[in-house]
Amino acid sequence: MIANAIRQSARAGRRLLSIRLTYKTQRYLFIYLMLALPLLYFIGTRLVPIVYSFNISVREWDVLSPDKPYVGLANFKGLFADEVFRKSIGNTFLFVAVGVPGQLAAGLAVALLLQSVTRFRGFFRTVYFIPYVTSIVAVSWVFRWLLMPNGWVNAALLKLGLDAQLFLQSPHQAPYVIALSMIWQSVGFQMLIFITGLQGIPNVYYEAAHIDGAGPWRRFRHITIPLLNPVILFSAVIAGISYLQAFAQIVSMTQDGGPLNSTRTLVFHIYKLAFKSFEMGSASAATVVLFVLILAFTLLQLKVLNRKVEY
Amino acid sequence: MSRVATDQARRGSIGRGMSAAIRYALLLAGVWITLFPFVWMVTSSLKLPQHLFDPGLIPSPATLGNYADIFAKAPFGRWIANTAAVAAITTASVLVFDTAVGYVLAKFSFAGKKIIFLFIISTLMVPTEMLIIPWYLLASQLHLADTYAGLLLPGLITAFGIFLMKQFMESLPSELLDAARIDGLSEWRIFAHIAVPLVKPAIVTLAILSFISGWNQFIWPFIVLQTETKYTLPVGMVYFSSELKDNSGWIQIMAGATVSVIPLILVFLVFQKRILQGIALTGMK
Repeated sequence: MIANAIRQSARAGRRLLSIRLTYKTQRYLFIYLMLALPLLYFIGTRLVPIVYSFNISVREWDVLSPDKPYVGLANFKGLFADEVFRKSIGNTFLFVAVGVPGQLAAGLAVALLLQSVTRFRGFFRTVYFIPYVTSIVAVSWVFRWLLMPNGWVNAALLKLGLDAQLFLQSPHQAPYVIALSMIWQSVGFQMLIFITGLQGIPNVYYEAAHIDGAGPWRRFRHITIPLLNPVILFSAVIAGISYLQAFAQIVSMTQDGGPLNSTRTLVFHIYKLAFKSFEMGSASAATVVLFVLILAFTLLQLKVLNRKVEY
Repeated sequence: MSRVATDQARRGSIGRGMSAAIRYALLLAGVWITLFPFVWMVTSSLKLPQHLFDPGLIPSPATLGNYADIFAKAPFGRWIANTAAVAAITTASVLVFDTAVGYVLAKFSFAGKKIIFLFIISTLMVPTEMLIIPWYLLASQLHLADTYAGLLLPGLITAFGIFLMKQFMESLPSELLDAARIDGLSEWRIFAHIAVPLVKPAIVTLAILSFISGWNQFIWPFIVLQTETKYTLPVGMVYFSSELKDNSGWIQIMAGATVSVIPLILVFLVFQKRILQGIALTGMK
């Protein structure tokens, strides 16, 4: 009897173990099968190309020739000796400096306005978001058409008794016009992010401040802004990266980054080097500069904006 | 009720002195700034060339002739089909892979999970521009330059989508999945028949978002495609528009812009609730 029972329970135990084993194998098989292809894909299309870019950035290569001699940092030195490249870096910074605060301020203003009304919120939210889903190229041509010397905007200015402006034809105005068009296109996205952030602020803070007699400005300054800090940080990084990468606007709204290279951005410069003059080494070096800029920008923002807030 | 109370209290957070009328006026001014370029684009595209500089909004007489012209002059029909196909194929692939990876990363613990997730997410930080040159060289070497395969290759799996799906999958109750395991369902069946149906709203969101970005993507198609009939709409628009400089050209450019913008605005309006939810979710977490 007892021997039988022992044998039986041993068998049951073994069965349990073998089920557990197959279950575990099955589980791992599942996990790694699901991940294998995507991981190979990311290695092949992201990791390897990055390493390749770094490698080409220290070589001289015109695409056609079979060898790519190592030239050290000559490509980088060449880039920074080039006035046009320095100009394109300056322009790119200008886009970031105008675009990021502009986009954040406009997005926050719209979000706060929307929070302060009770009707048609859904309607406003939907309308403001529309530009974000439309093609940059198409929208850029529409702006070009509106802003041409005898276009709609100048006609309106003349009617108001003001002077017509050169807009995209002027090296002083063109970069700002392009930055404004980028802000116009992303306000809806920014608004949405801020709305979500604002909804996360517990209402008791406002009520308490109200009881303590804090006015609207102080409530905004001492409750909304500090508690929105993580959202502002996130948005500044995302927006900064998108302004660092301006390209489609330049191709569509300007003649080759003109007038006088005033709208030539870093990415446009990379495009010209790589696909018009086939200087792959210099072009790759310029992409490394872009990479470093994006990285530095992100780290800087994390540092500056991520200061601890005392409540 | 509490929603109303919240609104009341929040309202104090900006300009109590600002009356409701002023707030609505400001919001409406914003609506005008947002929509006017599109309105002007559409009405311009319906004008006769000789009325091009009429300041009036409503074209009289209105004509669809400009649309007939652009379809005759450039393969716009082909470009629309190409763009739709590229966006659809990209979306299908993204849905399959991003959902699978997001599920595994959200619901299993295994060696290397954290590193794999960090690796995938860090690729979001790399600018596309940095990858374009190696992609182009790779595509040329594999004889994929100027082909759809080459065009599609970089966008088949996205880090963004994996992140989005992981966020959603994490909310699935693990007890439910364990119960299915005890019932003897295989991992594949649990994924396909339990997890996927439960995150259907997230999958729809991801589908719409990747369709939109697939439709609008510019820099890679601009580099990899060389044959006119293979262009997508944004690429076609650049070449088409650059060649037209006279006044009737502007009308045709506006017709072309309308063709490339309106389908997406319609998709957005139909699915706007899902799209806005999806973006708010990934934007925040």
